[in-house]
Amino acid sequence: MEKIIELRGITKEFDGERVLNSVDLYIRDNEFVTLLGPSGCGKTTTLRIIGGFVTPDEGEIYFDGKKINDVPPYRRQVNTVFQKYALFPHLNVYENIAFALRLQKRPEAEISERVKKMLELVALKGFERRNATLLSGGQQQRVAIARALINNPRVLLLDEPLGALDLKLRKDMQNELKKIQKQTGIAFIYVTHDQEEALSMSDTVVVMANGVIQQIGTPTDIYNEPKNAFVADFIGESNILDGIMREDCKVYFARHLFTCVDSGFMKNEPVDVVVRPEDVDVVPTERGMLRGTVTSVTFKGVHYEIIVDIDGFKWMIQTTDFEPVGKEIGLYIEPDAIHIMKKSEFSGQFGDYSTFSDEMDELSNPVPEEE
Amino acid sequence: MRAGSLRRSVAAAPHLVWSVLFIIAPFLFILYYSFTDKDGSFSFSNIADLFTWDYLSIFLRSISFAVIATFICLLIAYPLAYALSRMKAHTQGVLIMLIMLPMWMNLLIRTYCWMNLLETNGLINTLLGTDITFLGTGGAVVLGMVYNFLPYMVLPICTVISKIDKSLLDAADDLGCSPVRTVVKVVLPLSLSGVISGITMVFVPSISTFYISQKMGGGSFDLIGDTIERQFMANTNYNMGAALSLILMIIVLISMAVMNRFGNEEGEIIA
Repeated sequence: MEKIIELRGITKEFDGERVLNSVDLYIRDNEFVTLLGPSGCGKTTTLRIIGGFVTPDEGEIYFDGKKINDVPPYRRQVNTVFQKYALFPHLNVYENIAFALRLQKRPEAEISERVKKMLELVALKGFERRNATLLSGGQQQRVAIARALINNPRVLLLDEPLGALDLKLRKDMQNELKKIQKQTGIAFIYVTHDQEEALSMSDTVVVMANGVIQQIGTPTDIYNEPKNAFVADFIGESNILDGIMREDCKVYFARHLFTCVDSGFMKNEPVDVVVRPEDVDVVPTERGMLRGTVTSVTFKGVHYEIIVDIDGFKWMIQTTDFEPVGKEIGLYIEPDAIHIMKKSEFSGQFGDYSTFSDEMDELSNPVPEEE
Repeated sequence: MRAGSLRRSVAAAPHLVWSVLFIIAPFLFILYYSFTDKDGSFSFSNIADLFTWDYLSIFLRSISFAVIATFICLLIAYPLAYALSRMKAHTQGVLIMLIMLPMWMNLLIRTYCWMNLLETNGLINTLLGTDITFLGTGGAVVLGMVYNFLPYMVLPICTVISKIDKSLLDAADDLGCSPVRTVVKVVLPLSLSGVISGITMVFVPSISTFYISQKMGGGSFDLIGDTIERQFMANTNYNMGAALSLILMIIVLISMAVMNRFGNEEGEIIA
């Protein structure tokens, strides 16, 4: 597929603070790309640069191979769904959606035809005359999407569009957005800090931190083969341990030599080892590769989340069997459950689960960034 | 329940006394004088006298001067308010202070200063090396009104524009509005309430002023305010003065009602 948007070496500073550092990225036609990262990672700035609301300090941005650094937003074939919808309070639903077409002075019949089609697409038939800003959050969201799509943009930018909706509605809208993207065949660039959202909707996920792209890949790649400790920690739960690559497919960590499936490291190279909580099997102590004591159990519905202390390192394990606090259990890890990463600037920042609590988890799930 | 309502009426008492003494009572006096003659007997003659050309021409002049001054204020104030609203908070604060600063000085002093500037041998003519007659023209009266009442137009508009969500401007830009069209299509309709209060706040003092027209107009542009003042002070004809005040009040009420009506219609959703 063809590259429709390309960023090359994009750098941006606000008040002397570097929010984007040499970002290279391309988006292809028809693609659903998600920019994922914690607040302040530069994802919204990247989106605003593509939309034309922010001019990069360095680097080029191309649209269909043409440089568009100096093209203002109103001349770009890109439309945006804003974080807080940004519906015009002085116009009703119909006029909000018709806004772009009215500017182009399209004939009334065409406008009415296209608005009707859009209202059908976002399932808001019969809402034409309603006051846009008095609708529910989910309905306003749909109006915003219809308004942005009516102009047949080549690319739709979505800035945390579901951030203000409750969980149930968010799930519905995720499916609907995905459906709309398939139906229209427009490239979507979607900004979110919600990793679940990113994994379930995207063709490609771009993980960002500190103004730098950490990894670009399919959701499965990003989850199964995180490039560094930041990605591993940000996407899903993970136990990240210091390890040493003894030789190809042999890694030493937690005072045990494990067989793994990774190779291509130097002999005795220090590495970060990722083990996902759901990939660890709980077994009787005598059969365990590792042995530890359960220090906390939380019921999560589908599974229990238990914290196991092994030589002072707190592992998180997800298991369907209840294990009481204080019990000694054994852990068994299959070779393909172990993922080896090169050491990076993030090594050591994300350790074990000794300070873990649901409250902390809430805290580290950032609120949408304001810029 | 009863204790609560008692407390409430006690709290409202000073306001009530104030309203009766200084708002309702004077208004009743105006009504009384308007509809009585010099001997105190009931009469429509004051009101009837107002519908002679002498008075009608004064009313028309007052209204047209006030309309012109309000319109000029709007033309100056809107772009100024828009520019102010786009500035950084600090710069905006300083500039608004500068706009308000003349208002802290007495209206008489400000008007005298303008007279000095505009005199035939005043500063402006001296600088230009001319001897143009500014004072005593209708233009000078309108200038006085515009100068004195401009801040009342700038401030409400600036407040309303500043409150418009910036993402709405981004959205307009995104959907194809050039900067000029963003102002026309989004900023203007969303700042209409500010424009309306600005118009009211300039129109009302403009139509009732007497000092500005006397000093800047050199006495040749009698407005309603001047006439009322003369009836009370020079002619001691309280009945005529009260009748004039009553009609002025009605004109103001009607124009405010029209403006509010206009504002409501425009502010509503275009259906």
